[in-house]
Amino acid sequence: MDIDYHDVTLSVNGVRYSRRVESRMLLSDFLRHDLALAGTHVGCEHGVCGACTILLDGQPVRSCLMLAVQAKNHELSTIEGLANKDGEYHPLQQAMHDHHGLQCGYCTPGILMTMTAFLDENTSPTEEEVREALSGNLCRCTGYQNIVDAVLSAAEKMRG
Amino acid sequence: MKPAPFKYIAATSLEHALVLKAEHGDDAKFLAGGQSLIPTMNFRLARPAILIDVNGIEDLAGIRASGGTTRVGALTRYRALQRDATFTQLFPVIGEALPHIAHPQIRNRGTIGGNLSHADPASELPAIAVALGGRFRVQAAKQERWIEASDFFVGALTTDLRPDEMLVEIELPLPEPHAGSCFMEIARRRGDFAIVGVVVMMTLGERNECTGVRLAFCGVGETPVDASSAADGLIGHALTEEATRDVATSVQTMIDPAGSIHATADYQRHIAGVLTERALQTANQRARDGH
Repeated sequence: MDIDYHDVTLSVNGVRYSRRVESRMLLSDFLRHDLALAGTHVGCEHGVCGACTILLDGQPVRSCLMLAVQAKNHELSTIEGLANKDGEYHPLQQAMHDHHGLQCGYCTPGILMTMTAFLDENTSPTEEEVREALSGNLCRCTGYQNIVDAVLSAAEKMRG
Repeated sequence: MKPAPFKYIAATSLEHALVLKAEHGDDAKFLAGGQSLIPTMNFRLARPAILIDVNGIEDLAGIRASGGTTRVGALTRYRALQRDATFTQLFPVIGEALPHIAHPQIRNRGTIGGNLSHADPASELPAIAVALGGRFRVQAAKQERWIEASDFFVGALTTDLRPDEMLVEIELPLPEPHAGSCFMEIARRRGDFAIVGVVVMMTLGERNECTGVRLAFCGVGETPVDASSAADGLIGHALTEEATRDVATSVQTMIDPAGSIHATADYQRHIAGVLTERALQTANQRARDGH
């Protein structure tokens, strides 16, 4: 079979990129290998672990369950865009640091992308809501307690 | 863990997608949310030669009332259902089931048409569509037909769809007044595949006697299992604990779960009985409360 290529233009963290991709290129691999945005981690590659979660037009999705070609003309956000231009952490990043919400850090980018989108929609979550929102992200180090603490604390800070 | 090579075509209209499918038949797969298809391709359990991406066909998404029914386009994502308060009030059983369907990230992409066409035996929506008495509109390039939900699922991951057809819309009859419903599920982890899931739709008469019961399961057979006949004895009487136990016993005899690494068949049968009792009682209480 001839290799099936497609021209794709998309935006990641406000920067426009145009690349030629093979149709079978997963969006997660495209971000990491073609755009060198390796902050998006790849764990299971079948939609279970949540490490590769990014935002597609503002909504958290698994980048391993999308083809790069499908992201054509869409706006993506990844972990690289979370801190502000001066390098100041997002309140949730700071809270994860303060509450020791990560150990090995492999799951952290996916958790940050999932939970920052969650906090944008739910500014005063209960612990149960936080745990429900976290249910699609596996962390094998922390036991989740410190992550939940961090999210609740960030929510409080973000409310001001 | 990467898909085998394939040709990707973004369909520009439903007609375009159906002409392509007619041309390529089983060599082609429709790509909707991709939340089951892409992992299957990543594992190379599926190696379609052609993917027809239907995500650009906007007419395929959306919820609309149509007489005494509600129609939901196949490309409607779980998220859209979950956020449509009018819809989840009309069909509280779907609202109750949605949080059990995978995780938020998956629900942001997954579509109802993709879910139903994938026909996973452990999936929630097929059992709900059967319990609600839904029917599906399927279209080919030159014709369309309607298939009752109960006839659509013919085996594990197998439906009545022909190689040139696409499920384009589902139609759900509005629940009757004085109806109560319940969805319950046991899974190993939140969002995981159901070990057993149960759907109950119940209607009550003026004296709170049972006038109709639909009972369906996911996870206990090759297809969603319609076990409504196990509840026939409830009709005409107010629900009692003893009667729910009888239904649970009938259900346990009727189903033939396969068991898996996560749960033996005996355990599934036990859980099906427990969930039957709980769901019947809950649906009954909700019907009484005008839920």
